[in-house]
Amino acid sequence: MPAENTYNYRVVRQFSIMTVVWGVVGMLVGVLIAAQLLWPELNFGVPWLSYGRLRPLHTNAVIFAFGGSALFATSYYVVQRTCHARLFSDRLAGFTFWGWQAVIVLAAITLPLGISTSKEYAELEWPIDILIALVWVSYAVVFFGTLYKRRVQHIYVANWFFGAFILTVALLHIVNSAAVPVTFWKSYSAYAGAQDAMVQWWYGHNAVGFFLTAGFLGMMYYFIPKQAGRPIYSYRLSVVHFWALIFTYMWAGPHHLHYTALPDWVQSLGMVFSLILLAPSWGGMINGIMTLSGAWHKLRDDPILKFLIVSLSFYGMSTFEGPMMSIKTVNALSHYTDWTIGHVHSGALGWVGLISMGSMYYLIPRLFGRTEMASVRAINLHFWIATIGIVLYIAAMWIAGVMQGLMWRALSDDGTLTYTFVESVKATYPFYAIRLLGGLLYFCGMLIMAWNVFQTITQSRPMEATIPAPVHA
Amino acid sequence: MESLTLLIPLSVALVFLIGWVFWRALQGGQFDDLERPAQDLLADDDK
Repeated sequence: MPAENTYNYRVVRQFSIMTVVWGVVGMLVGVLIAAQLLWPELNFGVPWLSYGRLRPLHTNAVIFAFGGSALFATSYYVVQRTCHARLFSDRLAGFTFWGWQAVIVLAAITLPLGISTSKEYAELEWPIDILIALVWVSYAVVFFGTLYKRRVQHIYVANWFFGAFILTVALLHIVNSAAVPVTFWKSYSAYAGAQDAMVQWWYGHNAVGFFLTAGFLGMMYYFIPKQAGRPIYSYRLSVVHFWALIFTYMWAGPHHLHYTALPDWVQSLGMVFSLILLAPSWGGMINGIMTLSGAWHKLRDDPILKFLIVSLSFYGMSTFEGPMMSIKTVNALSHYTDWTIGHVHSGALGWVGLISMGSMYYLIPRLFGRTEMASVRAINLHFWIATIGIVLYIAAMWIAGVMQGLMWRALSDDGTLTYTFVESVKATYPFYAIRLLGGLLYFCGMLIMAWNVFQTITQSRPMEATIPAPVHA
Repeated sequence: MESLTLLIPLSVALVFLIGWVFWRALQGGQFDDLERPAQDLLADDDK
């Protein structure tokens, strides 16, 4: 029976290791599908390796398997340490781990088989959706139960972000996944047509806003001050931008549906709130980066800090780019082009990826009785390779995207379209090659991380995860 | 636009729920001291 005066690091270790494993897997699939766009022979003539089926496997693996595991690991760690309390229930926490891995494995089997709802980031069919709901409710019980058990009166701001992320994702998942099952592996959405599109992109953008933003801001608010050894720049700002962010994000979804059958007023609503969202987002970015005020020199020699601070730069970029792309006139050019892909990966590789990697490099040694990763030089190497990869990726997609948008709308003097669609595909080819190179570099960085984590774990030292008394109550 | 019959009341209800949570936190003293928690985080020794 584990002592009640120790933290539950076991589930944190489990999720941390799987973060790295799924990162490698998810990014490998990404590299493969990027290569398939250049060399269709890499579809190998079999349906289960075809681009159309592997793309959702990639998105699900990097968002939910990699990103999800990182969120579970860090939220379980942060809530325990800031509350000076062991997790509410070891058994439920264990269930969230094994349940989540089961969801991922089921995704890896069903998606290549072509079993899909076709709703983006919600492709998994209804039996898996039920498992996700069970895991998620358990997660909420463990997390909020631990907050309830806290021996410190104040709830640290990171926990507000984690809590909002957990509750909102529960709501989003349940509402968007509502479906009528027909067979065990086939269902029809409870919604249809433009209504389904609206619900889907209410879900889809809030998946970005709460799963990929609020959750990882929780991570940021813990690991940046800890690694920098400095308090958050303005705790007051962190509280204010939290409330502004969670209120505003809910409304941004329609910007995915500009110039579609969705009513104009809904589109305008989405556009306006997306623009407003720039303010609370940058509040978070400024707060994190300015935490280094008076300690900028630490960036020179500390590669973990490089990961964490540069991730915020990409966060700032993406949360500026996003509102710009939400403007209808801009969107008229960017929609359906590779600019959208560039934007996604700026946020995903730049913000989500780097903040997760930096947090894991801080966390993993401590989970295994060490103060540092086995190789700090490898962390530095990873940082530079990843950053160069990101820049190549997004620059290639920006150029390709704007080019596509311009080619598709170009009119000749007689009023006919200047280019055929396939001409734009052909013109995009070299940019797909640069993007593949960028993604390959990012994947190699992940491999370096896997090696470093393996070395660190195999050189672990025995440790007690004793809960220290809180400084104040 | 039938989905809005669900989405708009749901969003309004959510706003009230969020407002209630904020109110409870305010009354419970969560925002009384916005200097100390940032320092307490660093005081926690996790080496």
